[in-house]
Amino acid sequence: MASTIRNTKDFFSGLLFTAIGSAALVLARDYEMGTLLRMGPGYYPSVLAGGLLLVGLICLVRSFRTDGTPIGRLAWKSMLLVVVPIACFGILIRDAGLVPAIVLLVTVSAYASERFSLKASVPLAMGMCVFSWLIFIKGLGLPMQLLGPWFGF
Amino acid sequence: MELLSNLGLGFQSALTVQNLLYCLGGVFLGTLIGVLPGLGPIATIAMLLPMTFTLPPESSLIMLAGIYYGAQYGGSTTAILVNLPGEASSVVTALDGHQMARKGRAGVALATAAIGSFAAGTVATVLIAVAAPPLAELALKFGPAEYASLMLLGLVASIVLAHGSLLKAFGMILLGLLLGTLGTDVNSGEQRFTFDEPRLADGIGFVVLAMGMFGLGEIIRNLEHESTREAMIKHVSGLWPSKADFKRMLGPIIRGTGLGSLLGILPGNGAVLASFSAYSLEKKLSRHPEEFGQGAIEGVAGPESANNAGAQTSFIPMLTLGIPSSPVMALMIGAMIIQGISPGPAVMTEQPQLFWGLIASMWVGNFFLIILNLPLIGLWVKMISVPYHLLFPVILVFCAIGVFSVNNAEYDVWLMAGFGVAGYVFSKLECEPAPMLMAFILGPLMEEYLRRALLLSRGDPLVFLQRPGSLVMLLMAAAAMAVVLLPAIRKKREEAFQEEE
Repeated sequence: MASTIRNTKDFFSGLLFTAIGSAALVLARDYEMGTLLRMGPGYYPSVLAGGLLLVGLICLVRSFRTDGTPIGRLAWKSMLLVVVPIACFGILIRDAGLVPAIVLLVTVSAYASERFSLKASVPLAMGMCVFSWLIFIKGLGLPMQLLGPWFGF
Repeated sequence: MELLSNLGLGFQSALTVQNLLYCLGGVFLGTLIGVLPGLGPIATIAMLLPMTFTLPPESSLIMLAGIYYGAQYGGSTTAILVNLPGEASSVVTALDGHQMARKGRAGVALATAAIGSFAAGTVATVLIAVAAPPLAELALKFGPAEYASLMLLGLVASIVLAHGSLLKAFGMILLGLLLGTLGTDVNSGEQRFTFDEPRLADGIGFVVLAMGMFGLGEIIRNLEHESTREAMIKHVSGLWPSKADFKRMLGPIIRGTGLGSLLGILPGNGAVLASFSAYSLEKKLSRHPEEFGQGAIEGVAGPESANNAGAQTSFIPMLTLGIPSSPVMALMIGAMIIQGISPGPAVMTEQPQLFWGLIASMWVGNFFLIILNLPLIGLWVKMISVPYHLLFPVILVFCAIGVFSVNNAEYDVWLMAGFGVAGYVFSKLECEPAPMLMAFILGPLMEEYLRRALLLSRGDPLVFLQRPGSLVMLLMAAAAMAVVLLPAIRKKREEAFQEEE
């Protein structure tokens, strides 16, 4: 099977478009279509979803007929080490405060680099805390706490 | 004479000490962050957006505009010194600029870029002042049908200007439009694609999407290629171009400015197209085309002027029609809305101080760029040499705080993380995120106008062809589409985008 897909980038793009298009089309069935005169909330999204589905299918067909370059390995490690700490930042920012959120974000995401060293990332995290406190809390007056309710503030 | 009094009013407000400081601050910060490799103007503006929330509207827009030119110029600096263009429009600058730098003429290349940008910025500012009032007047006559067609034209243009596969760009546009429908439907109050999640009722924030797709996505991609950064020029000297250099850059600057000003007005990020076409124009006109790619000064002067002129004139549709012509302008519109101004033709008449102040500040900003950049070049070189493994955690902190502070919502931070993954995957699949972002902005407006136009015409879709304004725009869109689909031109387009490889 794999040998017949000649353009993997097109194949997966097509798959993605087709999947999103059909999902949206199914979801949009719950919304009233209306008429061209008085479009319901479902009209415009359904047209778009149908279009996306169509583009996806063409993309799929094309992937079997034209050659392309391989996608290459997905950098799972970097991706997770960037995205997960960001998500944790969202969890920590309000209840734990800015300092824990920054320390976690900086020290964990730093592992994503090949040149990672604790010697560099710990001072960097400290520096970012001071800097963010000065700029965002003192300077711009954004409503954020250095340490949140979890620490009894 | 009205022009002069308008500009007078503008300078009056742009030259107050407060606004001068914000303009200077914006240009400085923009350059500072813009020189960092891998950070284009979109990410830079999105990151610095929270800094402007607490300012008065005028100062905040002036500062943001300053950040924009700063980031753009910073990107060129990096392109010249490290051969790492931070954004599409400085890709061509890297071709000859970096070669000049390798031959020990980095200073001259940087000065050429600065002088070209300044000249182009000056002309473009005047052009905006001249063109904006009649355009705004025209826009006031636009009905929903014209607006809907205009937006379609914008979307078609962004497909045409996207890199790589047209089909995938079209798919990304549809995806962006679809994402734009997420949230509460304005007409019926129905929740669309929200999965009963109240935090999605207002739709997805533009900043969230932009920072995720461009900021985080880019960082993940950069980490992948971390070890392949080229050694850089440590020392820059000999800034001032010689007389012969000046002679050679004059023509390219004039042509680049003209080309850039025209293309910048086009919806769909004309600034990128401008720098590409200025480069090929100079190559064609040059008496020694073999020098191009080896460090020809014309190859820096032309595209840089075109790029900057285009960046400036892309404000025209934003200011007069309230329609973004590029993702950066979409961010500016977002900032205006946060400040409580509804963008559109009425801004000029209702808030002349703000409107003309912003225009005048563009010239001031360009002036600051030239006096700031050349003496501070040592600082920029230092910024560029900050190793990436120390840089990206800092950028992540800025992104996280920035997105959180827009609505004080942790949910936005999570969404951004999700879009970061999406941005990375799409870049792996060679699907351009820029057209998607444009579509995301224009989508809800387009639906609104489309529905209104059809309601007014009693459901007759021919209304889009019967109204002359709308017809002209649809014909332009059709022509643009036909042009890229023609095999001969298609090949040319691919060649033009090849040059950046």
